[in-house]
Amino acid sequence: MTGMFDSAFHPDLPTRIGEKLFEINWGLIFFITLIACVGFAMLYSAADGSLDPWAERQMLRFAVGVLVLLVVAMIDLRVWMSLAYPAYGAALLLLVAVFLFGEIGKGSRRWLDLGPLTLQPSELMKIALILALARYFHGLNFAKLSNPLFLLPALAMIAAPAAFVGVQPDLGTAILIVAGGLGVVFVAGLQWRYIVGAGLAAASLVATFGEWFWNERLHDYQRLRIITMLDPMADPQGAGYQILQAKIALGSGGIWGKGFMQGTQSHLNFLPEQQTDFIFTMLAEEFGLMGSLFLLVLYIIVLGYGVAIALSSRSHFGRLVASGVTLNLFLYVAINTGMVMGVLPVVGVPLPLVSYGGTAMMTLMFGFGLLMSVHVHRQMEIPRSHSLLF
Amino acid sequence: MNDKDGLRGQVFSRRAALLSLAGVATFGGLSARLFTLQVTNGERYRMLAENNRIDRRLIAPRRGTIYDRFGVELAKNVQNFRIMLVPEQAGHVEETLDRLAGTIELGEAARRRIRRDIARNRAFVPILIAENLDWETFAYLNANGLDFPGIQPDVGDTRVYPYPEVLSHVVGFVGPVAENDKGTEPELRIPGFRIGKDGVELAFEPQLRGHAGGRDVEVDASGRLIREIRSEAGEQGADLVLTLDLGLQKFAADRVAGESAAIVVMDVATGELVALVSQPGFDSNLFNRGVDIETYRGWQNDPYQPLYNKATKGLFPPGSTFKVVTALAALESGSMRPEEGVYCGGAIQLGDAVFHCWRKEGHGSVDLHRGIKESCDVYFYEAARRTGIDKMSEVAMRLGLGTDYGFALPYTKAGRVPTKEYKLSHFKSAWQTYDSLNTGIGQGFLQVSPLQLATMTARIANGGFAVVPRLVRSVGGVTHDHSEAASIGAEHAYLDRILRAMTAVVNEPRGTALGSRLTGPGLSMGGKTGTAQVRRITRAERATGVLKNDELPWESRDHALFCGFGPTDAPRYSIAVVVEHGGGGSSAAAPVARDVMREALTRDPARRPTFSPMAAAGPATALALKDGR
Repeated sequence: MTGMFDSAFHPDLPTRIGEKLFEINWGLIFFITLIACVGFAMLYSAADGSLDPWAERQMLRFAVGVLVLLVVAMIDLRVWMSLAYPAYGAALLLLVAVFLFGEIGKGSRRWLDLGPLTLQPSELMKIALILALARYFHGLNFAKLSNPLFLLPALAMIAAPAAFVGVQPDLGTAILIVAGGLGVVFVAGLQWRYIVGAGLAAASLVATFGEWFWNERLHDYQRLRIITMLDPMADPQGAGYQILQAKIALGSGGIWGKGFMQGTQSHLNFLPEQQTDFIFTMLAEEFGLMGSLFLLVLYIIVLGYGVAIALSSRSHFGRLVASGVTLNLFLYVAINTGMVMGVLPVVGVPLPLVSYGGTAMMTLMFGFGLLMSVHVHRQMEIPRSHSLLF
Repeated sequence: MNDKDGLRGQVFSRRAALLSLAGVATFGGLSARLFTLQVTNGERYRMLAENNRIDRRLIAPRRGTIYDRFGVELAKNVQNFRIMLVPEQAGHVEETLDRLAGTIELGEAARRRIRRDIARNRAFVPILIAENLDWETFAYLNANGLDFPGIQPDVGDTRVYPYPEVLSHVVGFVGPVAENDKGTEPELRIPGFRIGKDGVELAFEPQLRGHAGGRDVEVDASGRLIREIRSEAGEQGADLVLTLDLGLQKFAADRVAGESAAIVVMDVATGELVALVSQPGFDSNLFNRGVDIETYRGWQNDPYQPLYNKATKGLFPPGSTFKVVTALAALESGSMRPEEGVYCGGAIQLGDAVFHCWRKEGHGSVDLHRGIKESCDVYFYEAARRTGIDKMSEVAMRLGLGTDYGFALPYTKAGRVPTKEYKLSHFKSAWQTYDSLNTGIGQGFLQVSPLQLATMTARIANGGFAVVPRLVRSVGGVTHDHSEAASIGAEHAYLDRILRAMTAVVNEPRGTALGSRLTGPGLSMGGKTGTAQVRRITRAERATGVLKNDELPWESRDHALFCGFGPTDAPRYSIAVVVEHGGGGSSAAAPVARDVMREALTRDPARRPTFSPMAAAGPATALALKDGR
C-alpha cells in the first residue's frame, strides 16, 4: 500500500500543474463556452438589447465558473474522493438547516441567508451526492452489490436529501436528485432483478398510495401544473397561461425563427420568466427549429464528452463521478426542454449554462470541473480499499 | 486491479452505453416534438402569437342624419360630453369620485357601476363616469383637471330626435347592442355602440351605420399600447332624406292629439308619403339613454298603444270605405250599370238571413252615385251578390290592399283580402253568398291598414296608376327606389264615376261627410267615410234600439275611418284617417281629414323644391374605443 498522492507506480501520470493543464480537454471547454454564449445572446435579447441586467452578470459568473472548473480539475481525484463523505454530510446538515431556518421565497424554503450571500444547499447536494455515491460504490466489493444490506446505505444517501428538498417544496430538484442518484446506482452495476423488482414495487406503490399522495401530499400548485401540462387549455388565463404562451412562442418560431430580438412573445412579455426557466422558448421563437436543434446538438456533444470521459477513466470512482455529472446535465436539459415543450409538468429546472442564475451556474461549472478532473486523472488507478484523508 | 474491478468496469461500460442510448432516444423525441410544434403546427402558433400581439382598436363611425324632405333634421348626432376615469392615474379612486360628486350627480348606483367596471378592466382602461354633461360642467372639469386625478374628458356622439313624439314610429330609435344582435361586424363590439331598433333607424341600419375605422396596435401582455401598426379611416353612415314634410306631420299629429289615431297623406302621383302619423307617440330619445321600467310598462299597458305604429301595422275592417272597391268591381264585371237602380227598403233578405242597411228606413231607389254618396248598404249587398268575391278581391288587390308593398318600415302588415281559398283553408268551410255581402260593405274577413287606404285612394285618384307608398327619397344623396307606377288597368270612365261620387260624399246634400266640406281657393276634397264595427249588434239590441256609440265603453266603440283626396278637380294628395274607437267615420274621421287636407293643399309639399344633402364624407369622429379583449 503506497502513501497518498504517491504516483510513483504510474510515472506517466501528470503531477505538476503545468502538466495537468496540458491534459485539460479544451474541446469540452470550447463547447461549454459555446453553449454559454448562446445564453448570453438570449439574455441580451431578453433585456431588449441590453447587457444589463442579465447578460453582463451572467458573463461574469461564467468567467468565475471557468476558473472554478479549472481549479477543480487540477485537484487530485483522490482528494475529491476523500472529501466526498464530509461534503455530503455538510450538505445534508445545511438542508436540515434550511428546513428549520430557511428563507421563504415564492412559497417555498430554499435559501439560507448567510449574511452577504444566500446559499441554496440543494445545489450543493447535487454535487455532494454524486461524490458520496461514487465513493461508496468505489469502495464496495462488486459481489456485495447483490446483497441488499449493502444497497441500503446508497438508497438512504439518495432518499435523505430528496426528502428534505421535497418538503421545501422543490419537486424539480428532488426529482433530479433521485433520478441522478439512481442513475449512478444503475451504472454502478445494480443487478437487473433489483431494478425490475424496484420497478414493480414502485408501480404497486403508485397504485396503492398514488391517490393518497396526489390528494394529500402534493401542493395545489403542483397538482395544477400536472393538470395543465396535460391540458393547458383547461385554464388558459390562469395555470395554463405559462405553458400555453410558451408553446405559442415556441411554435410561432417556425423553421428559421423570427430573428434575433424579434420574438414578439418574449419582447411583449407574454412569456413569463423568459430569462430563466423558459429561455429555451425564446431561443426557439427567435431562431426557430434550426436554432433549437443547434443548441440541442451542442448539449449532445458535451454529453458525448462526458460519456467518453466516464468510459476512459481507469478508476471506478472516476467513472461514477463522470457519469453522475453527465447524467445530471442530461436530466437538466431533458426536463427543461421537455417542460417548455409541454411534455413534462412545469417544475423549476433551469436550462444549464443558458438560463440566468448564479447558483445553478456555479454548481454546473463545479460539476464540469469534476468531470474535467476525472479526465485529467483518467489514467489514475485508485485501489478499492485506498486509504484516504478521512 | 482485481477481477472484480474488471468485471464492474465491464458492467459499467454496458450500463453507460445503455443510458447513452436512452439519452439519444430522448433527444430524438424532443426533436420530433420541436418539429411538431414549430413546423407541423407552426402556422397555427404564428397566428396565435399575432393575435396576442395585435389588438384592433375601433373608431366608431358617425351615424347618418335623417332629414325630412325639406332638410329638417329628424334624427341627428350631437356631441356627448362625458368624462372618463383612468384608475391607474387616479391613485385613490374613491377620493376622486367623492370630489367629483360635488360637481356632477353621482349616485350610489352609478358608483356601484363604476366600481364594477374598474374591477372588470385593466387599470389603464378608461372607465365611463358620466355622460351627456352640459357644456358648463364639462368645461369646468376640463379646466380643473388637476383637481381630479385620473379624469379624462371625452367627446362622443349621441343620437337625438328633436321631434320624438311626432315621429317616434317612422324614424324609430337606436339602442344599445343586445346579446342577440351580436353579428360579425366589428362595430357591434365597440362599447356603447348604438344600433337601430325600430322604424327607419332599423330598416336602414346598414346604410346609416357606416363602417368603423380601425387601428391595429401592438400591445404587450398587459394590453398596454406599444406602437401603431396600421390605421384605417372609417366611413360615416349615409344621410337619409325622407319624403315626409315635418310641418304637415306635426299638424296632423296635433290634430289627433289625445286620440288613438293614424293619418296617412300621400302624393298620388308618386306615392310619396308627406305625412305618416300614428298617435299617441312616445319619447324615442328615452330608448337611447335607457328607458326606465315604469315608463316602458306604462307604454305597454296603455290601451292607446303608443309603441305601435297604427298607420302601417294597425289593421281594421275597412267598413264603408271598401264600397269604392265593390263599386269598381261591379262596374268592371258589368254586373251593375252605373245608372241602374237598386231599391233599398232598409234591409235585404238572403235565405233566412236579413241584411240591414245602416239607415233603417231605407234609401229608396239607389244608383251607384247615391250608393257611394249616402253609403247605402243594400246597394252594395246587391252589387256584391251579383259581382262575387273573386272579382271583388281581384280589384281590391289591384287597388293595393292585401300587400305590404315591401314598404320601407319594418313589420308593415299586409292585411287581408279574403278569397274562397282563404275561407276554405282557414275555416274549413265553403265561401257563401253572405260572405260576399259582408265583404261588399267592408266587413267580414277584410283587414286593411291606414297606409293601404291611402294607397287605394291614390290609385283611384291618379287615374289608375299602381303607386306604392314611398318614405325615403334618397340615401346618401342617391335617389332611393323610385320606379314608374304601372297602370292598374281600370277604365277611366269607371274611376271618374267613383271619384265624382266620392266628391259628392263631402260636397253634395245627403253626402255622409257633408259636414266636412272643404272650401276656399283651390281647396276641395272628396272621399269616403267608413265605420268599422267592433262588436256584433244583437237581434235584441236591434229591437230595443242600438246603444249610441258614446254610451259604450271606449274599447267597444266603432272605428272611424275616412279615405279621401284633394283637390277634387285634379287630385294631388290622398289621405286616410283612422280614429280607433272614435265612433262614426263622418263625425270622427272626416273632420280630421278635412283639416289635414286643407293644411296639405296649403303647404303643398309636393310642389316645393326639396332638399338634397351634400355627399358628405368627413372623417369619422375620433372616438377611440378598445376592442374588448
